[in-house]
Amino acid sequence: MAEYTTVNEIISKENLVYTKTKVLTDNVMHYCPGCGHSTAHRLIAEVIEEMDIQSKTIGIAPVGCSVFMYNYIDVDTQEASHGRAPALATAIKRLWPDRFVFTYQGDGDLAAIGTAETIHACNRGENITMIFINNGIYGMTGGQMAPTTLLGMKTSTTPYGRDQALMGNPIQITDLIASLPGTYYVSRQAVHTPSYVRKAKKAIRKAFEYQQLNKGTSFVEIVSNCNSGWKMTPVQANRWLDDNMLPVYPLGDIKIPEEK
Amino acid sequence: MEDEFVLMKGNEAIAEAAIRAGVDGYFGYPITPQSEVMEYLTTAKPWERTGMVVLQAESEVAAINMLYGGAGSGKKVMTSSSSPGISLMQEGISYIAGAELPTVIVNVVRGGPGLGTIQPSQSDYFQATKGGGHGDYHLIVLAPASVQEMADFMELAFDLAFKYRNPTMILSDGAIGQMMEKVKFKPQKKRMTEFPDWATTGKTQDRERNIITSLDLDPYRQEKFNEKLQKKYEDIRQKEVRYEEISCDDAEYLFIAYGTSARICQKSVQLARAEGIKAGLLRPVTLFPFPEKTILSYADKVKGMLSVEMSAGQMVEDIRLSVNGKVPVAHYGRMGGVIPNPQEVVEALKQKIIGG
Ligand SMILES: Cc1ncc(C[n+]2csc(CCOP(=O)(O)OP(=O)(O)O)c2C)c(N)n1
Ligand code: SF4
Repeated sequence: MAEYTTVNEIISKENLVYTKTKVLTDNVMHYCPGCGHSTAHRLIAEVIEEMDIQSKTIGIAPVGCSVFMYNYIDVDTQEASHGRAPALATAIKRLWPDRFVFTYQGDGDLAAIGTAETIHACNRGENITMIFINNGIYGMTGGQMAPTTLLGMKTSTTPYGRDQALMGNPIQITDLIASLPGTYYVSRQAVHTPSYVRKAKKAIRKAFEYQQLNKGTSFVEIVSNCNSGWKMTPVQANRWLDDNMLPVYPLGDIKIPEEK
Repeated sequence: MEDEFVLMKGNEAIAEAAIRAGVDGYFGYPITPQSEVMEYLTTAKPWERTGMVVLQAESEVAAINMLYGGAGSGKKVMTSSSSPGISLMQEGISYIAGAELPTVIVNVVRGGPGLGTIQPSQSDYFQATKGGGHGDYHLIVLAPASVQEMADFMELAFDLAFKYRNPTMILSDGAIGQMMEKVKFKPQKKRMTEFPDWATTGKTQDRERNIITSLDLDPYRQEKFNEKLQKKYEDIRQKEVRYEEISCDDAEYLFIAYGTSARICQKSVQLARAEGIKAGLLRPVTLFPFPEKTILSYADKVKGMLSVEMSAGQMVEDIRLSVNGKVPVAHYGRMGGVIPNPQEVVEALKQKIIGG
């Protein structure tokens, strides 16, 4: 293997203000450069470290680009079948009520094949944290249409753009979920700018903290990019996300617990 | 209920035995002819008795994936369903086999294909014993023939599942699920307090994180893993074969049947012997592993074998493979939820084997 210098070796000690959380492993991530999955992983790992709950956390990885989440986030993890992460999480949380259980899913996983499991886990108010990466496309299988694909958006199965008459509308699954009494906290965030990253981390932290209250499901959507699937450079993809995704999927809390 | 007989349906016996076996979680979805399992559990409220979790899932797909999660976290979890529901579970069962997780799945079989009928059948033999879902895998398959065995096999199923880290199926049918018989239960077992070291219970400082997955993109490692699975199945074939022999000692003809069909054949043996035909019954108790060596050993002793199944003839293929042409083997069966009567089985023996 080629010798290389790590960033930490270049930075002098007094200038070091930030290091990788211990809850992220040293494995090199397989994600495309610029992909939001890696940032989302980091935020989850940081929250787990800051809350000091590594020994009590069980994660569920999906089928999708993030199938290998267990290579990066250093917690006990189960790799679910496509769409069923909330079912696994339901059982684990009920069998281990004092553990922190979270799911991590893409839009195909959560809002197409796994819609029933998503809705019913939230409707039962399972006391879990669900992280939902909405990149409007099927990344892993090579860029096919997702239920969240925007109208007019070109994918490998909508080569002329998503046609509403043929394919319906982008599904607003997070709003749907927020309408269920079982959910306690529902928020939509992004991770493609530093300020969005900070807000997203706060939301993820809350979503984990709320598990301690036993009041229902916490759900954080992250509107993300898929530069490979979108056939753009990372910079173009982030701009496209701002201009096209955010108007359809506006950021912010959708359901917040009533303060008493 | 200890030490005394109670009258119960097979499905209810499964449920009570599950509580007593110290099961941690039941996840299921209603379907005839086995809905009594979850109805019994939700009435018995085992969460107050032992802390057992009982949950009605939104589908069989969700239920089997709840098992996948629960078993991965080291707990004793089970489900029950009937044929269409078991079909829906197949992807999940394959994942569970691939991740080598101990679980128990009860199939109270009804007639198919499709929505079929709610009447008893044995037409899911192939699905149960050959894998059922995708990939090269096997379940351990137990075939109870009485309400008592429905109860007894619950603990056995979990013991085998944990011993081999492999899903076990109890393959029953609508007749045994629905009929009432007397049954005696074992005393209440405590739920587990220690969990397997591979389970996702939360990564502590003293160990690496545990990962439950069936994925490995490297074909050579995946092949190695498959070889390991096959070795396990071979081990199970060597050690876990179970069967029962009834009037086999002097038998010239052998009925081979499991579950409800075995009960019918027990009567057929008597009827045949009353007519001077020396018939015996070999009842496989494990369908995987299949008692192939025992069946082969009878090939030199008997003049013919009749597989009696409530199907178009599925187990008969395994019998033929076992004896490899050494002795005539025929099949007699009824389909679609029809149960054969003992006399027609004797007639079939005469027609297909003795006269044939
Ligand atoms: C039952 C089943 N159907 C289909 C697939 C193929 N498949 C794998 S990932 C995937 C879509 C993933 O897309 P998404 O959930 O949006 O995640 P992303 O890769 O974009 O992060 C599909 C269809 C599968 N593995 N299993
Ligand atoms: S294909 Fe898309 S979602 Fe997958 S890693 Fe690449 S950019 Fe990310």
